[in-house]
Amino acid sequence: MRNMPRLRDLASTVRSKNAGVDHITFDIIFRERANFERVRDAKVITPEVVCRLLRITPDRITDFVVFEPANAIKFTIRRERPSGSPGERDVFGSQQYAPLLDLEVP
Amino acid sequence: MAEVTILCPTGHLGFTPLEKDSFLAGCELKPDFIIADSGSCDIGPYPLGADGQASPESWQRHDLEIMLLAARRLGVPMIVGSASDTGTDRGVEQYVRLIQDIAAEHGLAPFRLAAICSELSREAVLARMAAGAKVRGLDGRPDADPALIQRTDRIVAVMGAEPIAAALREGADVVIAGRASDCALFAAPILNAGMSEATAYYAGKLMECASFCCEPFMGKESILGRIAEDDIRITAMHPGQRCTPASLASHAMYERRDPFREHVLSGTVDMSACRYEQLDEKTTRASGARWIPAAQPMAKLEGAGKVGERRLAIVGMREPYMIANIDTAIAWARARLHERFGAPEEAGWQVFYHLYGRDGVMGPMDPAPPANPHELGIVVEALCGDARRAEEICALAARNLFYARLPEVKGTAGAAALMSDEVLAGKPGYEWTLNHVIPVASATELFRTRFLAVDGTTRKAA
Repeated sequence: MRNMPRLRDLASTVRSKNAGVDHITFDIIFRERANFERVRDAKVITPEVVCRLLRITPDRITDFVVFEPANAIKFTIRRERPSGSPGERDVFGSQQYAPLLDLEVP
Repeated sequence: MAEVTILCPTGHLGFTPLEKDSFLAGCELKPDFIIADSGSCDIGPYPLGADGQASPESWQRHDLEIMLLAARRLGVPMIVGSASDTGTDRGVEQYVRLIQDIAAEHGLAPFRLAAICSELSREAVLARMAAGAKVRGLDGRPDADPALIQRTDRIVAVMGAEPIAAALREGADVVIAGRASDCALFAAPILNAGMSEATAYYAGKLMECASFCCEPFMGKESILGRIAEDDIRITAMHPGQRCTPASLASHAMYERRDPFREHVLSGTVDMSACRYEQLDEKTTRASGARWIPAAQPMAKLEGAGKVGERRLAIVGMREPYMIANIDTAIAWARARLHERFGAPEEAGWQVFYHLYGRDGVMGPMDPAPPANPHELGIVVEALCGDARRAEEICALAARNLFYARLPEVKGTAGAAALMSDEVLAGKPGYEWTLNHVIPVASATELFRTRFLAVDGTTRKAA
């Protein structure tokens, strides 16, 4: 199992961003259809994986979609508190995707 | 009109200055409308709550000037929505003033300006609630009660295309709108041309962020949309960008929970059956949107309320033992704060320690915070209703790290490094209190339109 590629090697875009004031949405987009299908079919990204990776409970995942027209996998999580409230760490929600980059793809 | 062409130069007017070259290239193609959104919730609740802008006025003016001069030269309408970041009445009036100033400065011939306000007073919302209107929470929030409205400092309702379309039909050459759905700005002229809501709002959704729907990634570059019924063609205007099926489809899901549905005041655009095809090197065609009219039109309300005054301090840490035991040190510091100022909830204060170098960006969501970072940068954030008290709490929250009593600290002259022994004044803390919808009988009833004649020639002479 050495040299298994990581998500960062196969996806062309991995991003997170506010979706309204109460959610952060994550998009993983592939330029190559084959890479998209490989990650999709190997179930590299599932709600269970997201819960484990971001250390959140399943009820915080509000949406999970395989978006075929864009060769993309997309999921959305509820924020701990509305964006920009006191104690905010990431007003735009734009740096929360980092842990996804190292996911291994069989 | 069988086809409407729209030029969009920026996804957030004024946030950073737009790029002029691709915009002027788009103007060469003689668009029928020039349209840009100027607002966002991404900037956090402070600008709405405090009714301030998030962008420098000189950048807003820069963008408005380039758009206005082109629109008047081409003789086509210009539409700007969510004026000055928040779309409050302040934002609308500021942009009206800027348009008047730019017209005067350039001696522009007379034109008609429509200003559409969308701010709602607390009293207006409370009166609707008292009359039986249910202000329903979105995204899992509870419905609003009067107490929630009372602690909201400022409220805007989000308009759909209808008030803007009406202003255009009445001959507006420039529309400055308060808070509006981004896509509604584009939908308004498309609806006036007789096309369906599906085509109109879908085209708007695709175009609202300008060059973000093209590749490679570039901000603030123009795109041109040629819109016919169920046939939306988007072209990148920057020589180095292309609009591709992948870039356009991936934009359709940008910054939204659900890639298939876009909700506006009078209904929902269903994008689940949309198709994308490359037409030429720089152009992609989109089609297949469906429209689901709302059984009960609902206007979205955005509101922000003040939490307290905010103070910040910056502390560094290098000693490995302190770093390894930082949570214990923070607990010790918090206990001292509690002793002096009382329990946070009862005494009305909050302190946050942001641990940059460990999990400052992700907090509890970080799957692998390092156990032994080389050094820590700690931002102490304190909030309290009273400014002097906030300052005192922040100072003590920071200095208590300096004096933290842990048994094995070797450096007894200070357990932390102070970048400077000072407390910085942050902007007051606000929170998004309203992310709700309210039922409306008509799509225009919450919005107030007034027309102004702008004559740059007389003002210049005066």
